[in-house]
Amino acid sequence: MEKILVLTLFVPLVGAIINGVFGSPFKKYAHWVAVPAIGISWLGALYLLKFVLAGNTLLVNLWQWIPVKDFNVNFGLYLDPLSTVMIATVTTVSFFIHIYSIGYMHGDPGYRRYFSYLNLFVFSMLLLVLANNYVLLFVGWEAVGLCSYLLIGFWYEKKSASDAGKKAFIVNRIGDAGFILGIFTMFFTVGAVDYRTVFEAAPHLSAAVVGAITFFLFMGAMGKSAQFPLYVWLPDAMEGPTPVSALIHAATMVTAGVYMVARSSALYSAHGSVANLVAGIGAFTAILAASIALVNDDIKRVLAYSTISQLGYMFIGVGIGAYATGIFHLYTHAFFKALLFLTAGSVMHALHGELNMQKMGGLFKKMPHTGITFIIGALALSGIPPFAGFFSKDAILKEALLRGHVTIWWIGTITAFMTAFYMFRLIFMVFFGNPRDKELYEHAHESPAVMTIPLWILAIGAIVVGWVGIGEDASPFFKFLAPSLHYAEHGALIEPTVWQEWLPLAFGILGIILAWSMYMKNLPSPEGMARTFRTFYKLLKGKWYVDEIYDIFIVKPIHFLAVLLFKLVDRILIDGTVNGVAWLNRAVGSILNKIQTGAVKTYMVWIVFAATLILWLQLLK
Amino acid sequence: MKLDLLSLVIIFPIIGAIPVFFMSPKNKKVLFDYTLLMTLVEFLLSLFLLKGFKFGLYGFQYEHVYKWIPSIGASFHVGIDGMSLILILLTTFLTALGILSSYNYITHKAKEYVIVMLLMETGMIGVFASLDLLLFYLFWELMLIPMYFLIGIWGHERRVYAAFKFVIYTMAGSALLITGILVLYFYNHSVTGVYTFDLLKLYRLNVPYDLAKKLFLAFAIAFAIKVPIFPFHTWLPDAHVEAPTAGSVLLAGVLLKMGIYGFLRFAFPLFPKAAIHYAPLFMALGIVGIIYGAFMSWVQKDLKKLVAYSSVAHLGFIVLGIFTFNMYGTQGAVIQMVNHGLSTGALFFIVGMLYERRHTRLIEEFGGLAKVMPVFSVIFGIVMLSSIGLPGLNGFIGEFLVMLGAFKASKFAAYFAVVGIIFAAVYMLTMFQRVVFLKVKEKNLGLPDISLREFFVLAPILLFIFWIGIYPKPYLKMTEPTSSAVIMQIKSTQNAEKEIKMLTGPVGEEISLKITGRKAR
Repeated sequence: MEKILVLTLFVPLVGAIINGVFGSPFKKYAHWVAVPAIGISWLGALYLLKFVLAGNTLLVNLWQWIPVKDFNVNFGLYLDPLSTVMIATVTTVSFFIHIYSIGYMHGDPGYRRYFSYLNLFVFSMLLLVLANNYVLLFVGWEAVGLCSYLLIGFWYEKKSASDAGKKAFIVNRIGDAGFILGIFTMFFTVGAVDYRTVFEAAPHLSAAVVGAITFFLFMGAMGKSAQFPLYVWLPDAMEGPTPVSALIHAATMVTAGVYMVARSSALYSAHGSVANLVAGIGAFTAILAASIALVNDDIKRVLAYSTISQLGYMFIGVGIGAYATGIFHLYTHAFFKALLFLTAGSVMHALHGELNMQKMGGLFKKMPHTGITFIIGALALSGIPPFAGFFSKDAILKEALLRGHVTIWWIGTITAFMTAFYMFRLIFMVFFGNPRDKELYEHAHESPAVMTIPLWILAIGAIVVGWVGIGEDASPFFKFLAPSLHYAEHGALIEPTVWQEWLPLAFGILGIILAWSMYMKNLPSPEGMARTFRTFYKLLKGKWYVDEIYDIFIVKPIHFLAVLLFKLVDRILIDGTVNGVAWLNRAVGSILNKIQTGAVKTYMVWIVFAATLILWLQLLK
Repeated sequence: MKLDLLSLVIIFPIIGAIPVFFMSPKNKKVLFDYTLLMTLVEFLLSLFLLKGFKFGLYGFQYEHVYKWIPSIGASFHVGIDGMSLILILLTTFLTALGILSSYNYITHKAKEYVIVMLLMETGMIGVFASLDLLLFYLFWELMLIPMYFLIGIWGHERRVYAAFKFVIYTMAGSALLITGILVLYFYNHSVTGVYTFDLLKLYRLNVPYDLAKKLFLAFAIAFAIKVPIFPFHTWLPDAHVEAPTAGSVLLAGVLLKMGIYGFLRFAFPLFPKAAIHYAPLFMALGIVGIIYGAFMSWVQKDLKKLVAYSSVAHLGFIVLGIFTFNMYGTQGAVIQMVNHGLSTGALFFIVGMLYERRHTRLIEEFGGLAKVMPVFSVIFGIVMLSSIGLPGLNGFIGEFLVMLGAFKASKFAAYFAVVGIIFAAVYMLTMFQRVVFLKVKEKNLGLPDISLREFFVLAPILLFIFWIGIYPKPYLKMTEPTSSAVIMQIKSTQNAEKEIKMLTGPVGEEISLKITGRKAR
């Protein structure tokens, strides 16, 4: 079984190396390496799932990695229900994204590079979730950051793309800096960084220590999982090829933070205030991102903001201590978000890369497969039963109520309304109504089977994957996960009333109806709404101007400081001093030079003068 | 007189340089082929050192004492421990690659060039192997002169200014160093009645606190200039920019490490109490170096200057590490010395390759290299990532351990250090984007990708970049006794102080002797 685990983890890496190093003669056939690599990994993950379902866990130490005194980190892997759910989800979704990519990236000059990165991405994520200690987790953690950098900036000739890749890496690094401090605090208080020891020690640590550890770790999660204030990289990440967006959003990156918090449930349960912060940030991010999505016209960016918003839900789940609901939503979301991005990619494919929804319309007739699967994904995202998203989102909101977080519940419920609205706004603008751009419409066509088949498979997933979690704690999914998660202490449970239970769904349906009436019936007209709420509309259009604020208050001042230091300190102060000393030396030298006349008479005068001076000074004493 | 292996490793490059005098300066290829062979043999010899080296032993191995100037107590006393060995290996490794990289770069005075390189190799190895202060000083100076010529003769437009600045700075350091050595020498005589420069004998000396503080500063400033520690760093960018590629590589890869080595081998063990006294100051300077170096790199327009300033930041990490006085920080710093030698060395090779192609180092002149030089770009990318400490590559191990150690010594220091790794990503990625990504500029369209020779310069470095990142254990084990010995020397004085305060009189004396091997004052 160890071998299967090692195989599952490393085959994608081998695929990446083969394509990356030796693949150049077989450029066009890169997928013959990459897809089987993920396929093997997927089968391995399913096999492992069966193994873990039987009640086993697995711990493998491959080698001693960093041994320094008592700081001893192993390259160790840990397979338990939580990591199994993660690898199964990651490899499944990734596999179909890989297949889809064959069609989508066909003919791209960077075809081989693309598949090499894609494999590396999956490997990094598998490493992240399979690590048995925080330092190795951090390796995967930074490695997915690297892959996102490479893939977001895949079309490196475009400045906006390489800017976006850079931004993703740097913003992630800010979070990672916090994560490192979390590891340090952990090591110097617990004396170890492996999960088992840390979790066993967690209840005995002081509140301040646990608070510090969990806060620092959460900083990392804010970066990786795009939560406020570090979410700004994710919308820009749309510069990458669309399947990459699907991968980042569904499987291999942004879920890492949620996973990490759930993995650290023993720590987050040990001390409430940071956990509350997690839930609070999650709720705030959920509604903030949803509000921006309401007015955005870029088909991919709407989806990007929806991811940020949905991640917010997941953090509500893990923040309030209902870890399993957070992971459940992560797992359902992976399917329908991958589906949504791939369908969006299919639309773009048909429209020669067009992203602006204002130029689309009526596409349903032209591309029925894409249209239907998109609607399935949107229904799942909007939380309409029996689609997957309904069960997981509902579970989170219900738990929030049960545990007395009424404000968070309200925010989540309102966000559900907004979610349904912007998703169906997108659908009505893209697939229905009259074509806004005749030319584009005329040339539109359905994508090839290599792309639509993965869509249908994921669409089926978006319908059924939620069913394993019906009934929450009593359901197979939650029971399976239970041994991996620590249950947070909470006060008396407040049973929700009937209207509270059904309000999120009602809000979701209302959102769909409003979108239909605004964008199909022009009642009220979108333009009129924009005029009525002009200031608000502008704020939303400008994405609350967060990027601009960061630029003015953080990036620019630091750069200015750097220039200033270079010019003032390095050039003038230090070099000035050095050159000054050199000049002084030369000056003194030249004076001495003049004195040194070579005439003995002059020397005599000086000697007599000096002797007199010394004598005089002695006498004065 | 039978020569031992270590001494052979030290003098072999000089021996190898002798036949060069009789070779024709016309045939550059033969000259370089011969020198490459010599440096490879030298590398092989140093590998024999590794083969016979016993891991996990404290103290020095391959120790040998030859008579040198007995009248003043100076001897040819050499010996190595894990730290010396790893630095010697780095030196022989980088020198060979440096020669390999110079085939096209050096266009005139090739004969003198190879002689200077070989001379410098002896100097560098000698520094890391000397256990006699005078001998150490001799080698220290010996390798300055070739470097001066390297910059002054084979440098670029402002080479004379840069060479001069380099010499002025380092001479100022040397003056302090020799003064310090002599004061220590005479103090030792006044206490023991013996004239000796032998380091191991001087280790036993217990220098009075006030004198120790002064001497520590003299040594420390000499070493700080070499490292360089802020604010003694401004010679570095100029020297790097003007030096030929191989000069830059050795300057960054080896010469800067001599400063750190000096701290660990001389300044700390000789004056442990003073080291503790000044530790906060130097930790602060280390942090300033990290942040300041990053800021400076960020605003550079010249590729080579950017790399040079990034060295200031990296060395800041190393300085921070050695002054934490714990295993994590020290081990991290020692491994980071090697990492910096590899990563920054490789970066200088890369900049040199670009310069050979375009005869410019301005960042804005490049762009889109990924399109025209794909293999080169991939290697450049990996090296760049190693430099910013990406986990899985070598840089991470060192930086992580240094920060871990810093966190133990002072949380405050660690907070600044982690900010440093963010900035590292900022300036490196910005540079990389502007050079490798974006649209190809027309003048870069025809650039040839990496040649086979160039590939063999970089590939060995890549091997170590991955190896140390994935499996650093052998490297950490090699230097473990050194690091722990340094820390024990420092910590034991700390403890001894406490003990002595508690127990005065003969009992206290005895205990302090037992613990430290020194006499209590």
